[in-house]
Amino acid sequence: MEEHLEAGKESKPSSMSPDLQGDSSLQVEISDAVSERDKVKFTVQTKSCVPHFARTEFSVVRHHEEFIWLHNAYVENEEYAGLIIPPAPPRPDFEASREKLQKLGEGDSSITREELAKMKEELEAEYLAIFKKTVAMHEVFLQRLAAHPTLRRDHNFFVFLEYGQDLSVRGKNRKELLGGFLRNIVKSADEALITGMSGLKEVDDFFEHERTFLLEYHTRIRDACLRADRVMHSHKCLADDYIPISAALSSLGTQEVNQLKTSFLKLAELFERLRKLEGRVASDEDLKLSDMLRYYLRDSQAAKDLLYRRLRALADYENANKTLDKARTRNREVRTAESHQQLCCQRFERLSDSAKQGKPHGPGAPATALLTLPGSPFLSSPELMDFRSRRVSSFRKNLIELAELELKHAKVSPPASPSLLAAFLASHRWASRPLSSVLAHGGCGGARGEVRLPGAAPAVQDHSSPFWIRTIPFCHW
Amino acid sequence: MAAEREPPPLGVGKPTDFEELEDGEDLFTSTVSTLESSPSSPDPASLITEDISTNSNGPKPAEVVLDDDREDLFAEATEEVSLDSPEREPILSSEPSPAVTPVTPTTLIAPRIESKSMSAPVIFDRSREEIEEEANGDVFDIEIGVSDPEKVGDGMNAYMAYRVTTKTSLSMFSKSEFSVKRRFSDFLGLHSKLASKYLHVGYIVPPAPEKSIVGMTKVKVGKEDSSSTEFVEKRRAALERYLQRTVKHPTLLQDPDLRQFLESSELPRAVNTQALSGAGILRMVNKAADAVNKMTIKMNESDAWFEEKQQQFENLDQQLRKLHASVEALVCHRKELSANTAAFAKSAAMLGNSEDHTALSRALSQLAEVEEKIDQLHQEQAFADFYMFSELLSDYIRLIAAVKGVFDHRMKCWQKWEDAQITLLKKRETEAKMMVANKPDKIQQAKNEIREWEAKVQQGERDFEQISKTIRKEVGRFEKQRVKDFKTVIIKYLESLVQTQQQLIKYWEAFLPEAKAIA
Repeated sequence: MEEHLEAGKESKPSSMSPDLQGDSSLQVEISDAVSERDKVKFTVQTKSCVPHFARTEFSVVRHHEEFIWLHNAYVENEEYAGLIIPPAPPRPDFEASREKLQKLGEGDSSITREELAKMKEELEAEYLAIFKKTVAMHEVFLQRLAAHPTLRRDHNFFVFLEYGQDLSVRGKNRKELLGGFLRNIVKSADEALITGMSGLKEVDDFFEHERTFLLEYHTRIRDACLRADRVMHSHKCLADDYIPISAALSSLGTQEVNQLKTSFLKLAELFERLRKLEGRVASDEDLKLSDMLRYYLRDSQAAKDLLYRRLRALADYENANKTLDKARTRNREVRTAESHQQLCCQRFERLSDSAKQGKPHGPGAPATALLTLPGSPFLSSPELMDFRSRRVSSFRKNLIELAELELKHAKVSPPASPSLLAAFLASHRWASRPLSSVLAHGGCGGARGEVRLPGAAPAVQDHSSPFWIRTIPFCHW
Repeated sequence: MAAEREPPPLGVGKPTDFEELEDGEDLFTSTVSTLESSPSSPDPASLITEDISTNSNGPKPAEVVLDDDREDLFAEATEEVSLDSPEREPILSSEPSPAVTPVTPTTLIAPRIESKSMSAPVIFDRSREEIEEEANGDVFDIEIGVSDPEKVGDGMNAYMAYRVTTKTSLSMFSKSEFSVKRRFSDFLGLHSKLASKYLHVGYIVPPAPEKSIVGMTKVKVGKEDSSSTEFVEKRRAALERYLQRTVKHPTLLQDPDLRQFLESSELPRAVNTQALSGAGILRMVNKAADAVNKMTIKMNESDAWFEEKQQQFENLDQQLRKLHASVEALVCHRKELSANTAAFAKSAAMLGNSEDHTALSRALSQLAEVEEKIDQLHQEQAFADFYMFSELLSDYIRLIAAVKGVFDHRMKCWQKWEDAQITLLKKRETEAKMMVANKPDKIQQAKNEIREWEAKVQQGERDFEQISKTIRKEVGRFEKQRVKDFKTVIIKYLESLVQTQQQLIKYWEAFLPEAKAIA
């Protein structure tokens, strides 16, 4: 399926992350995306005043594996060990939608043509939504990189943004995947070992606190994310349920010859609108709640990784100390042991520095106050603090938007419209009175000003445009 | 006037029971004496606007013959009247109460012999007024409630007893407010009695709720979980609806069995309703036989109305089934949504707990609370979905099955009439043969037989016309009731939806300032 997506003009202003601190020397965005058979191609557009680049504005086409390559490059880079690397965007996954579409295509005799059309419409909307989400995820990744004072200067990043040709990055083959998997296991075992080591005491309360907090937070947010997903799924099922109901009601209505005819037809319409509403509620919840939780799940994992690296550095440092002592006692290879120990110490301190703010030497830190080596920047931006503030502001924004959207849906929803109810009651009492007149009159504006007449078309369209636009500005993570 | 409402028979069980094989049913009572034709009570509800008498299938027998038949009818009636049946006692004693007129004789006679002036007894006039009153637009002053399910007994012999409360101002009941305890098999027993009396003459008897072995076993075993309480509640509601529908039917309301069910404190245990009893097996066999017969009877329908209606009901049945299946899926998913929302609320609360930023933590716990309330809301909405919408649909699916049964009975009636005609023909042939062969004694026998079968043919025709007429009226009443029921339910359902939405608004509005307060 060929799909073209234009990130509309409306998204531009909101795509600026507030974290950019007005530093406009590097602006990255995904201006276009195309979905081909099994790949999605993103057009990454850069506007920059950085002297490194040949031009001030340029764009390249990248696909998902290249993003992953970039992410790995950062992760493996020792220099960035003290930073929270923005989590890699998830793989574009259209499998579920594709499967459903296929099943639908196979055809089911019990579904009428209208129902089929509606379900197809739903599926296409779903596909589009997933597509937009994946574009947004990739964009957020790049923009966080561009916003980070250190990460944005990475050479690989420049290559990624500028290099016109294909980066010829292939997806991991099975061996590499397995290797990666094993490495993960080793890492978590290592982590467990380190923390279990009686000799390794966390020298800094701050980090101790952060670690416990992050561990707990990570598990809970994973839990919440899963359940939010399930809620969204239920909402979708509910919305889908309305399709056959609405169809059955309208066929009942057309068959009836008595007063029930109009009632059934109106009810069918109502259910149709309820369906759209539920669908929107589901997708809004998905956007504002599930996605946010999911993002922070990954982000907290990245923060945990940082802590792990630091802990690893600490363990290395302690080991180096021990080796140094041993070497000193044996008076052999003291030099090497000393330099090794220095390195470890530096690394550890660097990591601690960059993770925390303003306390380069913790209270219990070893007295060897070595200056940080040149080349390893002493970062002023406190990574963990940053994580926290980002999280708080993003939660705030999304929760507010969630509440506002839910309110909007509840107010505009057809059942809340008294005129529809009045129409039913009227038709019940005076069988001959045409419903249309009642509806037209139904300006019983309702409790809220936003109540619209059931027949009014704008009520429906009003939703469709903001919905699409709203999916794009994700960047406030 | 041909269009009329049948005066509610008092204790006249099977008005057209001329199937001599069947026994022991309620029959004509002392109403034999008041058998003059009733001037048809004007029917304000005007259920049957079609001219019933002119539309009956088959030829109209001559008036003379009719008189004879009337005699015969009552001759037979007087015979059968002598059969003893316990329920008849109270009826005979309650002579002064109105509407003692039997159904069949008057309605049989009325369309044909309107011109004949019959002296209506005084008692009859009074009854007519009261009939009119009661017949006014199906508004009966009787309210029935089924409540307080309680478990009686233990183990596998346990059962649920329901309290049936009646509030009425109808004079045929001894008190104006009373209640009795009944169990499920009592309801089934009532239904089977009513069905056997009325179904085959064309009345649409509301079907009783279905048996459910699984559900009941759970209750018996004593599982005190939500599914068994739900089951009991579902059954209670179904029984209530069943009784309410039954008493709305003017004819059934007059039935002594129904009255006994509502009034008397002790009811003989209806063992015939058990699935594995002799009667149960007999029922199953009969059902199978009926199904086979249905396929073989080919009726030439001379009345398009019936064909049209049958087709209509067939369509309606199909669509209601489809809708019902979809609504059940809706109910299921809404329940799922409610459960998922509750789970999410819990995890949001936990997340709020572990969050160290105080404002955000508070906001998250608020979110958890909101979600919990929403979960409750969803659950309530699911109940509303179910009890209003889904149950109504399943009730109507069963009702339509009853309607189809009634149409089938009409077909069977026609079949009987046809058979009688064929036999009559055969007898006539035999007679002719005897004439030719000149065997005087056999001729006499043949003549007797001919007379007998002629009577049967006429009876068959009458039955058929009767049932056709009854069906028309019943269908009209049914349709009216259906429209009313659906409308009421739709409005109630909409109101529940509105309420849900309004609650949602309230909850989210309460949450919004909390979210904004996150510093």
